[in-house]
Amino acid sequence: MIQSQLPILIIAIPLFMALAISIFGRKNDTLCFYLLVLGMAGTFAAALGALNQVLATGEKIHYYLGGWPAPHGIELVIDHLSSMVLCMVSGVALLVGLYSKRTVPAEVPFRTEQERVPQRVPNYYTLYCLLISGLLAMTATGDAFNLYVSLEIAALASYGLLALGRGRSYFATFKYLIMGTIGASFYLLGVGYLYAKTGSLNMADLHGILDLLSMHQSTSITIAFAMIMVGIWVKMAFFPLHGWLPNAYTLASNTSSCLIAPLMTKVSVYMMVRLMFSVFSANYVFVTLGWQNLVVPMAAVAIVFGSISALGQKNLKRMLTYIVIAEVGYMVGGAWLGNANGYIGAVYHILADGMMTLCVFMALGAVTYKTGDSSLESMRGIFRKMPITATVFVVGAFAMIGIPPTCGFFSKWYLVTGAYEAGQWFFLGALLFSSLINAIIFFRIIETGFFPDFSKEKKSGHHDVKVLVAEAPLSMLLPMVITAFSLLLIGLYSKDIINGLIRPSIPPGLF
Amino acid sequence: MEEFFKIVLAQFNNWAFIVLLMIGMYAMIAKNNLMKKVIGMSIFQSAIILFYVSVSMKKGATIPIVDHGHGHGAVAHAIDAAAYANPLPHVLMLTAIVVGVATLGVALAIIQKVYRVYGTIEEDEILEKIAE
Repeated sequence: MIQSQLPILIIAIPLFMALAISIFGRKNDTLCFYLLVLGMAGTFAAALGALNQVLATGEKIHYYLGGWPAPHGIELVIDHLSSMVLCMVSGVALLVGLYSKRTVPAEVPFRTEQERVPQRVPNYYTLYCLLISGLLAMTATGDAFNLYVSLEIAALASYGLLALGRGRSYFATFKYLIMGTIGASFYLLGVGYLYAKTGSLNMADLHGILDLLSMHQSTSITIAFAMIMVGIWVKMAFFPLHGWLPNAYTLASNTSSCLIAPLMTKVSVYMMVRLMFSVFSANYVFVTLGWQNLVVPMAAVAIVFGSISALGQKNLKRMLTYIVIAEVGYMVGGAWLGNANGYIGAVYHILADGMMTLCVFMALGAVTYKTGDSSLESMRGIFRKMPITATVFVVGAFAMIGIPPTCGFFSKWYLVTGAYEAGQWFFLGALLFSSLINAIIFFRIIETGFFPDFSKEKKSGHHDVKVLVAEAPLSMLLPMVITAFSLLLIGLYSKDIINGLIRPSIPPGLF
Repeated sequence: MEEFFKIVLAQFNNWAFIVLLMIGMYAMIAKNNLMKKVIGMSIFQSAIILFYVSVSMKKGATIPIVDHGHGHGAVAHAIDAAAYANPLPHVLMLTAIVVGVATLGVALAIIQKVYRVYGTIEEDEILEKIAE
């Protein structure tokens, strides 16, 4: 019974938990936290159940909302690709949920500046649940218009979460809101053109109609495709449409950026992959249009730009946001390479990058929580003061650089192989260049972390000042350690993940 | 000139929607006042709504409410699809309007917060204050 309802449960649990938190959590902040963790754990379990079902049967799960069959009703489709992304999203949501126990009460804005009383946290957790619900619906849906609505649910919740920082986050969020609305509206326009031409909104049905009527030469369809792509690129901050991202993510509270930085861009990439191959086709994108010679070099520029900008940042959180922009370039470039290895690299990187972005953001968040600062200097002596956090950060950094056996190595391996096969030398060069820059950036931080603050020791006159271990609280350490282990596990089991989940989802037409 | 008008009039709805779209986009990107940006955003979204609604329009068709559906005999039951406008785009746009209103609400709330922090809603003045 419950097995057949899994797809809707994945989306409905966080949605109803948002309602429960806003009703029952009004008086009690701790209750909110437990409700959130309960909801996210339930969603994660449902996502794992769906993954298990897909792996066991090897077939897509189709779920018709309200019993109305596709193409007229709204359909949820869970296949190998989407079940993997669903597990990633709900897993990240659960980990950040655990992590947020101490950070959220410390980070929500004050009710008034004079009293310095924090606002209650239920509002924050309600938005949290709505964001996750929207992201999961984006991943699971099989309907192009439903995707727009889920996209906007996730986006509206993320505006709220990003704005709930203390201080300057409002203006940055406003800019994100304007850009995000432009992006979503472009997507909506693209869907409008598709609908006007085909009369359908269901993704599988659209795919069939486009093939059947061989509308691939139609200008309207080209315009629709271009608009949808531009819309999604704005949403995922693909260079040169990335302007809103660094400020919005840097100025937000640490919990919000831990949650949104790994999820929002990655789910947008998933959305791009889904639309490119499930609505349109590999043949249409790479043969009929043949824009890969434009998009892949653009992705290379995004990677180089993101890496160089990251190198120039003093604030570590801002530096990480530029790395996020570079990573978006990896995935867009990989998906547009037009061969199987590029596709595997891009899709595997959705999972890997989600986890490693989470890992470094959480570690940095823990350091900021203890030191109140996110500059390079805040990392000084971190290996003595916070040994576990520092180790987690190193694992995340190794994954970002791409050192085996962390997962970052394997996605880069497939991307580089794909770039070589496609003859995209710029992209290949950019990938290697970015690894090099990441190595410089992270080794600089790790080096700072190894050495204690000499100036302070001199002042106090002692050479062996006893350094107090001031580790972050357990509620933060536990999810961080789990994330760090998951980076290693995703890397060590990369072969199983790729053969079991990603290869079956390779769209026809990619070799 | 006459040729140009002919082209415009042939697809009047598309031209109107593109002009509105461009006005909205211009306001969102070029205007200095945050309030004007939000107004631009509303125009932009309304233009898309008009586009969808105009797509569903048919010549000589009426509103999609089935008339005489419960008449006598098989003939009265047959529904001529060409006689009715397509209701689906309207329904989609009801959802899009709701989304637009929600976005507008969030935008206005954020502008209020911006005003409380910086004491102004002119973008250049805010940027000056941030730079300080």
